[in-house]
Amino acid sequence: MKLIYEKSRPGRRAGRFPEHGLPVPDVPVELRRSEPPRLPELAEPDLVRHFTELSTRNFGIDTGFYPLGSCTMKHNPRVNERIAALPGFRDLHPHQEEDGAQGALRLCWELQEVLAEITGLDAVSLQPAAGSQGELTGLLLMRAYFGERGEDEQRRKIVIPDTAHGTNPASVTMAGYELTPVKTDARGNIDIDDLEGKVDEHTAGLMLTNPSTLGLFDENIEEIARTFHRAGALMYYDGANLNAVCGISRPGDMGFDIVHINLHKTFSQPHGGGGPGGGPIAVAKRLEPFLPVPAVVRRHDGYGFDYDRPKTIGKVRGFAGPFGVFVRSYAFILAYGPQLREMSEAAVLNANYLLARIRGAYELPVDRLCMHEFVLSARLLKREHGVTALDVAKRLMDYGFHPPTVYFPLVVPEALMIEPTETETKETLDAFADAMLAIAEEAAHEPDVLKSAPHGRPVGRLDEVKAAKRVVVRYGFGEHPDLSGEAAEAIAEAPRGV
Amino acid sequence: MSYLALTDADREAMLEEIGVSSIQELFGDLPTGVRLDRELGLRPAMTEQELTAYFEELAAANVPVGAELSFLGAGMYDHYVPAIVDAVMQRGELLTAYTPYQPELSQGVLQAIFEYQTAICELTGMDVSNASGYDGTTVAADACFIAKHVTGRTKVVLTEATNPQVRQVVKTYAPGFGLEVVEVPHRDGATDPDELRVASEGAACAIFQHPNFFGVLEPAAELAAAATDAEALAVAHVDPLSLGVLEAPGHYGCAIAIGEGQSAGNALSYGGPHYGFLSARSDFIRRMPGRIVGETTDAAGNRGYVLTLQTREQHIRREKATSNITTNQTLLALGGLVYLSWLGPEGLREVGETCMALAEHAKSRLGLPVLFADRTTFKEFGIRVGRPAAEVVHDARERGVHPGYALGRDYPGMDDVLLVALTEKRTPVEIDRLAEVLAEVKAR
Repeated sequence: MKLIYEKSRPGRRAGRFPEHGLPVPDVPVELRRSEPPRLPELAEPDLVRHFTELSTRNFGIDTGFYPLGSCTMKHNPRVNERIAALPGFRDLHPHQEEDGAQGALRLCWELQEVLAEITGLDAVSLQPAAGSQGELTGLLLMRAYFGERGEDEQRRKIVIPDTAHGTNPASVTMAGYELTPVKTDARGNIDIDDLEGKVDEHTAGLMLTNPSTLGLFDENIEEIARTFHRAGALMYYDGANLNAVCGISRPGDMGFDIVHINLHKTFSQPHGGGGPGGGPIAVAKRLEPFLPVPAVVRRHDGYGFDYDRPKTIGKVRGFAGPFGVFVRSYAFILAYGPQLREMSEAAVLNANYLLARIRGAYELPVDRLCMHEFVLSARLLKREHGVTALDVAKRLMDYGFHPPTVYFPLVVPEALMIEPTETETKETLDAFADAMLAIAEEAAHEPDVLKSAPHGRPVGRLDEVKAAKRVVVRYGFGEHPDLSGEAAEAIAEAPRGV
Repeated sequence: MSYLALTDADREAMLEEIGVSSIQELFGDLPTGVRLDRELGLRPAMTEQELTAYFEELAAANVPVGAELSFLGAGMYDHYVPAIVDAVMQRGELLTAYTPYQPELSQGVLQAIFEYQTAICELTGMDVSNASGYDGTTVAADACFIAKHVTGRTKVVLTEATNPQVRQVVKTYAPGFGLEVVEVPHRDGATDPDELRVASEGAACAIFQHPNFFGVLEPAAELAAAATDAEALAVAHVDPLSLGVLEAPGHYGCAIAIGEGQSAGNALSYGGPHYGFLSARSDFIRRMPGRIVGETTDAAGNRGYVLTLQTREQHIRREKATSNITTNQTLLALGGLVYLSWLGPEGLREVGETCMALAEHAKSRLGLPVLFADRTTFKEFGIRVGRPAAEVVHDARERGVHPGYALGRDYPGMDDVLLVALTEKRTPVEIDRLAEVLAEVKAR
């Protein structure tokens, strides 16, 4: 398919503006644009066709089953799109006076309240733009909290298990902390023996995803929380897997002090092929004074912003956060109400059912009931038939499914991380299970079908090594290179998902 | 209402297959002490119809830009967003996809982002762009991070005439990055290149907004030269819609160009979601945070697109990554691409000229003292209203006009200054109305 720039012809255009009949002022010559940017020049019909064709080369949850582990690809209700597009929300200026934004402020405040209830914590900031920004915000809160106590220089270490998302250690570095890794034990819990001696007066906190990226609830969570709190450290909950426990168990009740919530996972903000997301954080009372400004507050005469927070860490993003995401996620939460519990129960039931159906054909690293997702290994397929987790993933496309997350978590070789979510039918789960079983059979009898998969997509497996070596990241117009003549290389076994 | 699909019969059959007798048994690993022993305290579930009614009620309690005549800007602008933008963004295959980890199923979004990166490079005159940042504030922190690693220096310089929220976000990130932040004051609405040069000694980068927060055109080339002289990276924070009229930062010596994408193709949406853009000279690509899409081929030589240079990223490099970013603003950047394609180069120039023409017209028509009257402005300018601007805003809004942003919130001594923004959606007749209302409410 051609790039939009290859369809461009000088003189074509789509958008036009009303005539205003005013003289155009001069721009000083040294500041004036010298050459126009080469933006596409197309008429509207061809623009529509171009982007429609692009959409046909993409796969969303609207297209089919998307069990991408830790990404919680659930149904995105259409009503939420309609609601977010109401002019009272869509066309509301963020600098509008508070008395002209009472509906929006009330929505933010109510969302803060429900997130506090769902997480079992005291105060919420909606500001972070995504889960990983929520992590950074949470760590900066820790620094401010310990700073006030005169312990910031002393407490430099954040403990993170080896199953953690890569964002956790990356956030630790961005916050100026140091990483203390801790191992996972044979049951998939934090290895308590390995933790011994790693939590002391130099520890700022723990970052934990619970259930973990193995889809397992840490059975020792109460003891772990006691260990950290006894050492004067804080507990951070990575909410990536909150979909397993809504209404069943709350991070605050598990002993966590700071939680981020991925609105685009648990609460169904469409992910748009990479974003937007939303990463509100909920905190215990003692951390509230440090939250970003502005806070949304309820006053006797209505709702408003509170900037008067002398201990605040500041701002991590513009305004009060990605408001359009709040609208959609709050609508999603209100659609369930207290039945969010049923949502999580269905997510866990679906995952366990799928696990039960396919566990015989793949290796299960930890033999426990799972939560909302589970991790299998294709290690035996690789050893016996030379078929990798990546081959399995690519072959699933031929069966009409989006692959699961692969090669993550890092502690499981040839990992396949599968999260069906609550919104799938038994028929869909059965069809996927049948495909996974068929693929395991194919691995034994016709491995080449897997190795050459996918079939019938617009492109075959793409050469990522070439992309990283040649680095063509923009169209070159008259000088655009032709990469087709250069040999393709095998693609790397790196994490894909989460 | 619920979006669940399992029937009682399904549940029974599934539990039997799993080998447990109840759903509760699936949660057996949870210690008793951490289980919630009551229902969540949320209001009862709503049907779609009830949801719609509830949110319509909330929306009706807001006053959006269409419900009053608005001249509000200060970083977010009421530009026209054509129908095609919404139509493309609502395509389910694009709207409901995750990050394109599996390129064979994601060529649509990957190619779109490659086209977006190209558009941003063309706008800014840079070699490389990432796939978007969170917004126009966080990309400034990203630029500081690049500069720190490229130069090995830990001081960053910001002009005081840069958007206050951008400065505040940089200051919030600074302790984590180990950065010291220095601000350079404006002189009569613009930054003095000599002062910037002095401040930039030993700095990793110098960030200036152009047009700046007052709407004033900075001596951009001289500022870039001043920073570069001090061996700091010159970083311009620019309005994409100015770049049909104003020179591209890459053409006057900047190392990095950043900005808020909202004005190009995103609805206001009370502050987000929008996209921030980040582009740079090619030397810095391996230090850039965020996703980057690159071109490659499959084994048969077919052209295709992938997430590339992933060894910079958190899922591979973990604590050594250039950033923790995973989710960015792809859908909003896609909206930006559609909008910029709808404009084309001619449309981009026209929209910039229109804003500028309307702003100049408004300056003379309003008959009030213009702040920094000798400076050239783009689509926004300050006026002195003779009494606290916040009160003028209040009184004008009672007459159905939002006259702008009260600048005293951010700049001491400017309590009587109103920052007025003109987009192509305003008309000379509307400017007459603004003049009329301001005449009524100024210095009463």
